[in-house]
Amino acid sequence: MKYVLNIIQPDGPPPPPERLDPIMRDVYAFMAELEAAGARVWNAGLAPASASTMVRAKPDGEVELADGPYAEGKEHIGGLVVVEAADLDGALAWAGKLSRAITLPIEVRPVAHGG
Amino acid sequence: MRAAVEQAFRQCYGKAVAVLTRVCGDLALAEESVEDAFAAALERWPQTGVPPSPIGWIITTARHRAIDRLRREATRDERHATAALVAFPDHTEEASVRDDSLRLIFTCCHPALAPAAQVALTLRLIGGLSTAAIARAFAVPETTMAQRLARAKGKIRDAGIPYRVPEPPELPARLGAALAVVYLIFNEGHTATSGDALVRGELCAEALRLGQHLVELLPDELEARGLLALMLLIDARRAARTDAAGELVPLPAQARDRWDRDAIGLGLGLVHGCLRADRPGRYQVQAAIQAVHAVAPTAAATDWPRIVALYDLLRTLDPSPIVALHRAVAVAEVDGPAAALAELEALPLDRHHLWHAVRGDLLARLGRTAEARAALAAAAARTDNAAEQRHLARRLAALG
Repeated sequence: MKYVLNIIQPDGPPPPPERLDPIMRDVYAFMAELEAAGARVWNAGLAPASASTMVRAKPDGEVELADGPYAEGKEHIGGLVVVEAADLDGALAWAGKLSRAITLPIEVRPVAHGG
Repeated sequence: MRAAVEQAFRQCYGKAVAVLTRVCGDLALAEESVEDAFAAALERWPQTGVPPSPIGWIITTARHRAIDRLRREATRDERHATAALVAFPDHTEEASVRDDSLRLIFTCCHPALAPAAQVALTLRLIGGLSTAAIARAFAVPETTMAQRLARAKGKIRDAGIPYRVPEPPELPARLGAALAVVYLIFNEGHTATSGDALVRGELCAEALRLGQHLVELLPDELEARGLLALMLLIDARRAARTDAAGELVPLPAQARDRWDRDAIGLGLGLVHGCLRADRPGRYQVQAAIQAVHAVAPTAAATDWPRIVALYDLLRTLDPSPIVALHRAVAVAEVDGPAAALAELEALPLDRHHLWHAVRGDLLARLGRTAEARAALAAAAARTDNAAEQRHLARRLAALG
């Protein structure tokens, strides 16, 4: 099954380099481990949520644009990693490793019908 | 005969669902087929008599019903499952039933499910309680409980929650989650926060049955034994816990000759076994504390220093303020109410009625009546339980 690991990131500037650098080292090590295990499907880090735009088609077909993000809040999805795992426990184990590396909470969401 | 089927239902439902889930890989199909099989038993057994192995009969019948369902329903064209069901032997090994029961327990108690959903699923799938009975026990509408169960089963399916016993490295944490579910069920029945009194008694009995089941399934896990002992020792006091009018009787005032000596004997035996193994855990230590109460011939003869020592040990295993609150109650008996009150005041438990109730008692013993009255009133305002409220009202009245 495929699972999306959503990285839940607080809004605002990133931590200073002395904090961020060791985190990024750990995240790269995690990605290398994921790759080596053949469990990486796809991944991306996202630009700040304030850079997002809402696009909504109205019933008459006209498209409405608005400043994003969609959901209010102090945290948004800051990146995602799609993994292949035998079951939820497998995905949760990867999520635990990623959370330790990136020091942020992870939302584990299965892809519908196993992807 | 209806009674025989009902008894078989309580004993076999969870086991049959567990076996069928493994064979067909689908929890919903397993449940439907096992229910079909019990409906068939209600029709068939009055003529044929109860079969020598009711569970074998139920599993075999459910397996055939599952095959029928798979073949009949075009939407369930799962050849794998059908093939597995057809190939499955008619005779079910006891050991394999045991393994399947464990798998199902760990699926129902998976930490990815909300605690309320874990409890409901465990009662429904392992205990075989009806959705209506579970709803009554938790004082929620049946439709709410049905939705909670459907949502949880949907998550098991969609999220790919595995149907297996956790590997040794994860087992302690996952067993802890399963034990917590059983203890939650017991406490819901025991403390009677809400709901139908009769069904709550059933919850205690079900928790004891689940606890016993876990001890049989995992005989080397001391915490499972500790939990069973803890529940037995608390449940032994059930008859003495309320008076003829149904009012709450606190532990020191209970008529100890009304305690269930058989249950206490079983509980003490388990506690002694745990003490010999000397690998203490939260449930084992709590059971040991209840054992000290159980062996005291009178309330005055309670070995309070030993209870304080056990709470000290418990605090190292579970540093929660609730444990510290219970420890303070024991400290009051050893070092006096002033010492206990000093410990109590430091705890962040303003929302808990028990903190206020204990505080009220300690203040009353120190002669600080006005403060005691305010504390007991604060306790009453923080519980929905009618029996507890009446008990607090009586204590308030006794202050004069």
